[in-house]
Amino acid sequence: MEWLAALTAGGLAGIGMWLLLDRNLIRVVLGVAILGNAINLGVLTSGRFSGSEAAFVTATSVPPDPANPLPQALVLTAIVIGFGLFAFALAVLKSVRESHGITTTDRVTEVTEQEAPDDEEVGLQVHQDDADRHHDYEEVKR
Amino acid sequence: MSALVVSPVVIPLVTMLIGVVLRPYHQQVKVVSVIGAIALVLVGLRLVGLAADDVVLSAQLGGWQAPYGITVVIDRLSAAMVAITGIIGLATVMYGLVRESNPDVLRNFHVFVHGLLAGVCGAFITADVFNLYVWFEVLLIGSFALIALGGGRRRLAGTMTYLVLNLLATLVFLLSAGLVYSSTGTLNMGELGLIFRAGEAPPAATMAVVLMLLSFAIKAALFPVFGWLPASYHVAWTPVSALFAGLLTKVGVYAMIRLVTLMWPEYGYVHEVLLWVACATMLVGVLGAAAQNEIRRILSFHIVSQVGYMILGLALASPLAIAGAVFYLIHHIVVKANLFFIGGIAARMTGSERLAAMGGLYAKAPWLAILFAIPALSLAGIPPLSGFWAKFVLVKASLADGFWWAAGVALLTGIFTLLSMSKIWNETFLKAHPKGEQAIHDDGNLRWGWWAVSGLAALTVLIGLGAGPVMEYAVAAAGQLAAPTTYFDAVTHPGGR
Repeated sequence: MEWLAALTAGGLAGIGMWLLLDRNLIRVVLGVAILGNAINLGVLTSGRFSGSEAAFVTATSVPPDPANPLPQALVLTAIVIGFGLFAFALAVLKSVRESHGITTTDRVTEVTEQEAPDDEEVGLQVHQDDADRHHDYEEVKR
Repeated sequence: MSALVVSPVVIPLVTMLIGVVLRPYHQQVKVVSVIGAIALVLVGLRLVGLAADDVVLSAQLGGWQAPYGITVVIDRLSAAMVAITGIIGLATVMYGLVRESNPDVLRNFHVFVHGLLAGVCGAFITADVFNLYVWFEVLLIGSFALIALGGGRRRLAGTMTYLVLNLLATLVFLLSAGLVYSSTGTLNMGELGLIFRAGEAPPAATMAVVLMLLSFAIKAALFPVFGWLPASYHVAWTPVSALFAGLLTKVGVYAMIRLVTLMWPEYGYVHEVLLWVACATMLVGVLGAAAQNEIRRILSFHIVSQVGYMILGLALASPLAIAGAVFYLIHHIVVKANLFFIGGIAARMTGSERLAAMGGLYAKAPWLAILFAIPALSLAGIPPLSGFWAKFVLVKASLADGFWWAAGVALLTGIFTLLSMSKIWNETFLKAHPKGEQAIHDDGNLRWGWWAVSGLAALTVLIGLGAGPVMEYAVAAAGQLAAPTTYFDAVTHPGGR
């Protein structure tokens, strides 16, 4: 069983890396997701598939052939975290693509390399607000 | 006592939750945020006080004994890192008290900052590899949200780069954690350290740990995997990039110091590779900075180059060198975050962060010039500031081990750093403002930011003047790293001795 899982994880990781190296941002984000799943499968396999029963240990009984619960717990954590991050990555991707028209990795580099716009803090509209307030003040005075 | 052990994580988490609940009341959120940050500083100082008395705190979470439970250990290095995290967190939160017009952005800012602080503190105190992964993810989620704050085309594009490359690094970490478990059957750092030190580690485990070091190297922005840092740090809002500059790469450096000293206390082939990487990182970072013309992009490249010094100390592996790396870590976090804050204030006053469009601040704001000079000279290593002692110890340690070329690279990097800092000084402070003096505006909006910057500058001077006690602390921390008995006791004497 382990060999099958190992091959699957390897194949998925290969697909993930291939997508990651693409220019298209959608494929890059999908690549991260697939690579993440490949690695989750790898972590699960690292505990070996020896047991055949869920490892529910009670005060009185222990199952005769329990599966290793630790990698399951690890991978559950990793899946939840991975899902959250994938959702966030998709949100950023949507905004970058639809609001700002950036669809390729080259364009991402190009935009980040642009000169800093003057009055950078305008990102938070602080200066803009000062200007508005000043304008209001002038209005009142008049 | 166990309440104190977990408080570096619990305090920011509770602060964050209160912040979420209080979302509609942004003044209250600010108050809670500052109180939470002050509480973290106080806990950090208390931990340092205990650590200085050679008390090493540890706990087994959830009542499960190691190696089954999650072990938390706070030794000298962890305590110092928690304290410094609290201080940088407080400075960031204070800078974030700026009067706001877009309250949503700033309100969430405080929530995310505390989320990030929880992740950073968790990474500093855990003694379990998988738990370290979880804390890395916690701080990563906080950092993703923070770097995107405010939006805008350039910032979101930078977020994309930061997001993909950091996710990749974290996936590599997860993979290596799985491989470590599959080859050794444990994820407890103490047990791993015992296995490696006894020379019983299977080759697969060694490879897995080296893979883990690669993921930390991406986090720490070492040569040749530093590209994401100068491509993304300059796009964020000022306090966000200052927080990242101070803390995030240093979590990677901390994790490397922790694992390498735990597993390979003697100089070996891993150290040799790290030594070359450290020298390349120092040089490439500082040369990259020379080509930049924006204040924060210059400083971003300097983060890369400065991380090289810490790894140099780790790579030399002698007690003095490790102590130098610890001292450097403490000094660097304060100085680097402060330079980003000052860069932000300067950009705000002159209306630009392009060096060509800045100027005239020496005449208009002499205090800012002095406040810039302190961390800038410290970064370059001018006595008697903190950076001088940090570099002095590392150069001395390299020469003592016969690595004269590494010492040469460190000194050369120092000269280039000084050149870079004088470039910022000339362009931002000495030169007249291209649009005339009236273009410089001091809006008084950053009152709290000034306090934060002054406090950090005072701390830099204090570390420089009080280098003796700090160095003693760092030497003892290096001693604990060489003989991490608490880590081993957690496994060999479960339930305490």
